[in-house]
Amino acid sequence: MINFSQRNLNKRHETILGWLMVSPWLIGFICFSALPMFASLIISFTEWDMLSKPEWVGFENYKTLFFEDPLALHSLNITILFTIVSIPLNIVFGLALAMLLNTSIRGLAIFRTIFYLPAILSGVAVALMWRWIFSTEFGLLNALLDIIGIEGPAWLTDRIWVLPSFVIMRLWSVGGGMIIYLAGLQSIPTNLYEAANIDGANWWHRTRFITLPMLSPTIFFQLIVGFIFSMQIFTEAFIMTNGGPADASLFYLLYLYRQAFQYFDMGYASALAWVLFVVILVLTIILFKTGKSWVYYELDTKKLK
Amino acid sequence: MRKYITQKTLVYFFLISGSVAVLMPFFWMVSTSLKKLSHVFRFPPEFIPDPIVWSNYPNALTQLPFGLYFKNSIFVTGGCLLGELIVSAIVAYSFARLRWKGRDFLFIIVLSTMMLPRQVTLIPEFIIFKELALLDTFWPLILPSWFGNPFYIFLMRQYFLTISSELDDAAVIDGCSKFGVFWRVILPLSTPVLAVVAIFSFQYNWNDFFRPLIFLFSNENYTLALGLRFFQGNYGTQWHYLMAVSLIVMLPLIIVFFIAQKRFIQGVVFTGYK
Repeated sequence: MINFSQRNLNKRHETILGWLMVSPWLIGFICFSALPMFASLIISFTEWDMLSKPEWVGFENYKTLFFEDPLALHSLNITILFTIVSIPLNIVFGLALAMLLNTSIRGLAIFRTIFYLPAILSGVAVALMWRWIFSTEFGLLNALLDIIGIEGPAWLTDRIWVLPSFVIMRLWSVGGGMIIYLAGLQSIPTNLYEAANIDGANWWHRTRFITLPMLSPTIFFQLIVGFIFSMQIFTEAFIMTNGGPADASLFYLLYLYRQAFQYFDMGYASALAWVLFVVILVLTIILFKTGKSWVYYELDTKKLK
Repeated sequence: MRKYITQKTLVYFFLISGSVAVLMPFFWMVSTSLKKLSHVFRFPPEFIPDPIVWSNYPNALTQLPFGLYFKNSIFVTGGCLLGELIVSAIVAYSFARLRWKGRDFLFIIVLSTMMLPRQVTLIPEFIIFKELALLDTFWPLILPSWFGNPFYIFLMRQYFLTISSELDDAAVIDGCSKFGVFWRVILPLSTPVLAVVAIFSFQYNWNDFFRPLIFLFSNENYTLALGLRFFQGNYGTQWHYLMAVSLIVMLPLIIVFFIAQKRFIQGVVFTGYK
């Protein structure tokens, strides 16, 4: 009897301690995530410059966003376009590098270090570096193109070339994904390949029917994370082009930043933020749905057995 | 056999050209940072500067109070790192080891906030800090970190789960409280994941530009990222100086990377490949 109530007491203690220990996160979640999200939804239905009182305008901001402000949709379009081009390229290059590194070569550690190094750097310093590399007249890229007899484009100041420039820049840090694919490759059981070799499979067969399916959960995870990250591109654009030329690199967050912190149109900026949130949410759900058809989970087959 | 050799050669060819492509931008930065200004604007460029101007570095660093920016960056990065490390560990322990009602439901919320784009909450957050009269201080940058970070909570929880719970039981039998288990058993065994979180946090906060841009206004509060951007605004064409300062800003990360490379790779693999 004593033992029983003792256990009850312990259980109560554990519950109290449990809640106590998560309470910092819980308070932070309420104050910095849940309530602000709710608040930004409310603000998105108002017109508010932070000086005078907010004025309720209903769906006005959303109407402007979708029907009257071509810049908003333009910035959403180019952000999605950039993501759609950049993410698959990053996955392909990351995979290719990982597969090259996984061929029992010498100097693996050195190559891995070199390829991974750019992935730890980001922000203003990197953006400045790329701005200088892309310089039309004195930049590295056009100097190298000149050596092989090509006259390089104006990169960051050319409306056509500015988005490809950002794609190239992001490819530089492909090593982050590569490291993860490499770990995935190394954990594929070698007996799968041995069996395939006995069956006379060539490189393409092994890649198509063993490597890619075994790696598909990893690729899928990288796709999701890369997508969410890429939709939020800001610093590079802010430093390298500030949206130019002629708004050709006015990525969505850059536009949101201007509305909120340059024009102090908090209502409209909140509407922009919510549209971004919903777009990311919907596209992520779509990715998850399509993922079911090509992502191979070993666990599932085990369950079937 | 011959086929095998050509294959190997091709692999090395691709890897080496890839490495050159990756290292080239660094080389270009270093090269530019050591040139005379008049040599910066030459086409075709000289890849090895002649003469090599070491004084670019002290000159560039004294154009603006970079020492102060450096101090600010260290303060903000350190403050965030400490908060994220300590609080995330405490929260993660509760999710991994204690049994209480509502735990699994709350953990799903943690996971879903990991995917939340921070911009949705940004404007109300700005208003909160404005109401608290904390704009243009380090509070808006550091304070949220002291409520834990969902991504790090997740990482630590996963790691704590791999530690055998028999150790906990043994400690409890020896008279250790639940909190004592956390402090004396779990934490000492978790140095790998703590190191990974510390590195990630350092990397993220050191590079961060968006939040300092929004919350800091006056020059004496600038972090390095903001100072660098300010420098660009004022000395936009002095690429030898810009590259010198950019390299200095990158340097702490590069040093940490080479010291703790194994942890970096461990961490990335642990998060991306489960």
